[in-house]
Amino acid sequence: MITVLILTPVGLPVLGALTYLVVGWRPVTALIATGTAAGELAAAVGIAAVVGASGPQVALSGLVRVDALSAFMLLVIGAVGLLATATTPSHLTTEIRAGRASSRTAARHSLLAQAFLAAMTAAVLAADLGVLWIAIEATTIITAFLVGQRRTREAVEAAWKYVVICSTGIALALLGALLLNYAAQHTPTKPGLDLVGLLGAAHSLDPAVTRIAVALLVIGFGCKAGLAPLHAWLPDAHSQAPAPVSALMSGVLLAVAFYAILRVKLVSDAVLGAGFVRALLVVMALASLALAASLLIAQRDYKRMLAYSSVEHLGLIAIGAAVGSPVAMAAVLLHVLGHGLAKGVLFLGLGRLSQTAGTSRIEQIRGVAARQPVLAGCLGFGVLALIGLPPFSIFASELGIARAGFSAGLGWAIAAALLLAAIAGAALVIHMSRMLLGAPAEGPGTATAAPRLPGMTAAVLLAGLALSAALGVSAGPLTDLLHSAAAIATGTP
Amino acid sequence: MSDTTYVQVLDLACGGLLLTSVLMLWRRELAVLIRVFVVQGLALAVVAGVGAAHTGSVELGGVAVGILALRAGVLPWVLRRAVAAVGPASRETRPLVNVATSLLVAALLTLVAYAVSRPLVALAPSAATSAIPVGVAVVLIGFFVLVTRRRAPSQLVGFLLMDNGITAVGLLTTAGVGVTVELGVSLDVLLAVLVLQILTGRMRETFGDTDVAELRELHD
Repeated sequence: MITVLILTPVGLPVLGALTYLVVGWRPVTALIATGTAAGELAAAVGIAAVVGASGPQVALSGLVRVDALSAFMLLVIGAVGLLATATTPSHLTTEIRAGRASSRTAARHSLLAQAFLAAMTAAVLAADLGVLWIAIEATTIITAFLVGQRRTREAVEAAWKYVVICSTGIALALLGALLLNYAAQHTPTKPGLDLVGLLGAAHSLDPAVTRIAVALLVIGFGCKAGLAPLHAWLPDAHSQAPAPVSALMSGVLLAVAFYAILRVKLVSDAVLGAGFVRALLVVMALASLALAASLLIAQRDYKRMLAYSSVEHLGLIAIGAAVGSPVAMAAVLLHVLGHGLAKGVLFLGLGRLSQTAGTSRIEQIRGVAARQPVLAGCLGFGVLALIGLPPFSIFASELGIARAGFSAGLGWAIAAALLLAAIAGAALVIHMSRMLLGAPAEGPGTATAAPRLPGMTAAVLLAGLALSAALGVSAGPLTDLLHSAAAIATGTP
Repeated sequence: MSDTTYVQVLDLACGGLLLTSVLMLWRRELAVLIRVFVVQGLALAVVAGVGAAHTGSVELGGVAVGILALRAGVLPWVLRRAVAAVGPASRETRPLVNVATSLLVAALLTLVAYAVSRPLVALAPSAATSAIPVGVAVVLIGFFVLVTRRRAPSQLVGFLLMDNGITAVGLLTTAGVGVTVELGVSLDVLLAVLVLQILTGRMRETFGDTDVAELRELHD
């Protein structure tokens, strides 16, 4: 019974993918993706309840394991997945109507998006670092075709860079995993790459070999998580992918890659002490924040703007993880969820805008508020949520990370991070207010009436914002899960 | 197999791995590179094969056969198709670093590999683990090829070279990571290469060339 519940979040999207493979894409089957995502979220809630009541669960003879940390990540995948898949039908219908896609591309899009969700779920359920690696690498291959979907010069370029950089980065992580396995082989218990087994054998792992392995693993998964200096694929891929895919990549792919770093950090802290990964993470986090802040100021493309904002937020998440106290970890996990929701709302909203306006240049968009008030309202509040204004949850999580950081003696790094985040936030607000406010641009093509925002998309954007605000006021029923997940991530369950 | 023969064959195969990697820096024609790649795949299969014969492990024997099929058969075939799609202009004409410098860099990278791998050898000294630096050197040389070549198919060669090096390290640490993970890794590499091959084709369709330097639409 428990096994069935645990396997539901993987099984549903696999079934969805098979359905699209067999029956193709029609307005009716378009809703299957939303259904599987909703089912996945429901199963995640169920799993979280079971884990909360009776501790970690194991299935499939130890290949699959859920604890509070994986259960929380399942909730993130489910929530962001539902946001993205619920707006996919209207996105695809608009593309087909505009002649930029056919029902064949729509079927392939839906199939790959389902496979993406299945792979990401498998990654957080894996009890073994090797399986976790396979699942994360599989998403590179799955999403390559989603990034290159439009087959323009830009899309082909983005897809090529994406596959080459991510495969190379993740190959380093594979080398790290092999070396960790080698170290594990020379301990009395020989745990292989089993995550719990590795923690148990930590006192007998060879420190010198583990140090090399951990560095490779953090750099490799850091590449996939979009941390500088290995972020180069991210702005290109996010700006070329269809909006629902960008939302998934920002909210889920980066988060799951960072989840892998958290698991590696646990082993490393037990073998080498907290300092080693902390130093790596602080360097990568500050580099990401500095890069994102400087490139956001002069940004001219609003999709790339959101991509760099993802680099910035992953930087904040990394600095929180570097602090590593239970309070910091709870804030980090809340930040992961809050970022997924806010970034999802913005990618989906701006995706809709770019579909109707036909451009993603910031200077060509003016006066959205006057023509499309609902969309503009969602985008405006989305940016406020993203830069961490109360009552949205990113305010609570940034405050948590900052307070934990100052009390852990990382004050200088936190201060630098907050300053850079403030610069990035100011740049985002300035760019966005230019697009939303002011008089609509005069010129050819602006005389037609503004296209109406599809009801489903409006509902999704509002729901995402409402959830983000609710989480900022009180984590509510999530509080216990967050605390046990943070305890696991700090290695003090 | 006697211990002396085992060590000799193993060292010979590892020497082959390193030599073929350096050859990839020296030659420019993609067709030649693919033939060198086949030889490297064979050397890798021999590393797995002697390991299997030495330990009497059936599982490792299966891995050896798998490596032979994938790295000396399927992957070169995919590469050949990528080159055929590119047409007659299949020479790496303008690499960022010339041959002489590349060879010097390869020598340096090999030294670096020996330096950083010392803890790996020290953990469990044996004939197999003392060859780990060779695997690391192949990874580094592959990375170098990847970042200095401008044609899409030669970048593909660099990626595969890295991957061969990682596989060699995996085999030489004599640990094995279990059949599930081994299979998953091989499948991932195969798929990644297929994806890159498809993208090479698309690149030629949209750009009329596979020069990665043409990729400059996206920047800040």
